[in-house]
Amino acid sequence: MVCAVFSGGLRCGYPGLVLYLPADVHQEILAHCIAGLPDEACGLIAGHPGTGLVERCYTTRNIAASARVYTVDPREHLAADRDAEACGWEIIGVFHSHTHTAPYPSATDVSQAPDPSWHYLLISLANPDPALRSYSISGSEVVEEPVAVCSGYNSNLTRQE
Amino acid sequence: MSVEVRLPTVLRSHAGGNSIVIALGSTVGEVLEDLSRNYPDMKGRLLGEDGSLHRFVNVYVNDDDVRYLNQLDTRVADGDTISILPAVAGGES
Repeated sequence: MVCAVFSGGLRCGYPGLVLYLPADVHQEILAHCIAGLPDEACGLIAGHPGTGLVERCYTTRNIAASARVYTVDPREHLAADRDAEACGWEIIGVFHSHTHTAPYPSATDVSQAPDPSWHYLLISLANPDPALRSYSISGSEVVEEPVAVCSGYNSNLTRQE
Repeated sequence: MSVEVRLPTVLRSHAGGNSIVIALGSTVGEVLEDLSRNYPDMKGRLLGEDGSLHRFVNVYVNDDDVRYLNQLDTRVADGDTISILPAVAGGES
């Protein structure tokens, strides 16, 4: 399978990480966001820190139950954190949907971003075709990361085309 | 009481890179105070200016979120595991 680059483009000399998202995880994230309408939906992603390699997502409840804000269920976060650790992974980011606006972090998203090493995935459902983007957020600095949807990784953590 | 405290990635740099540290206390508040004494940079991340649990962290005793127990007064027993995770929230407004 050829990796599809969804955003940003794999620029030569790109200074940050590319987020590699297995196709089934990509589909699960989009499905969870659509199922959560009219509210914002959210979840966590787990993988290999410092590499951009995602292994799976954990869909979580939005306990804010709102179309404008989200809060990941703290108990589900703890369960996801433990499960990821047991698998040899870490929680490396969070995804959430914007139901009516562009897939760009809001001021709230930036001010509440918990970890500068995380990937922040935004899914816009403003148009019929959902748009997924990924960002790193460090302080007030927001940098978009290219997203490559792939079929998975082999045992050396080399992306499978 | 001696308890194991599991730290999130974002706080490990304030604790010499450790992911698990040992702290003393008979309540969650005392454990966080002990952590703050040993790792002063962590205090502002754990407690708000009014001394209550910072809104951007979640603290658990074993499987339970202390916000649904007795907050900082939640009692801990020898051998309990305290987990600290970032509160993950945001939105378009």
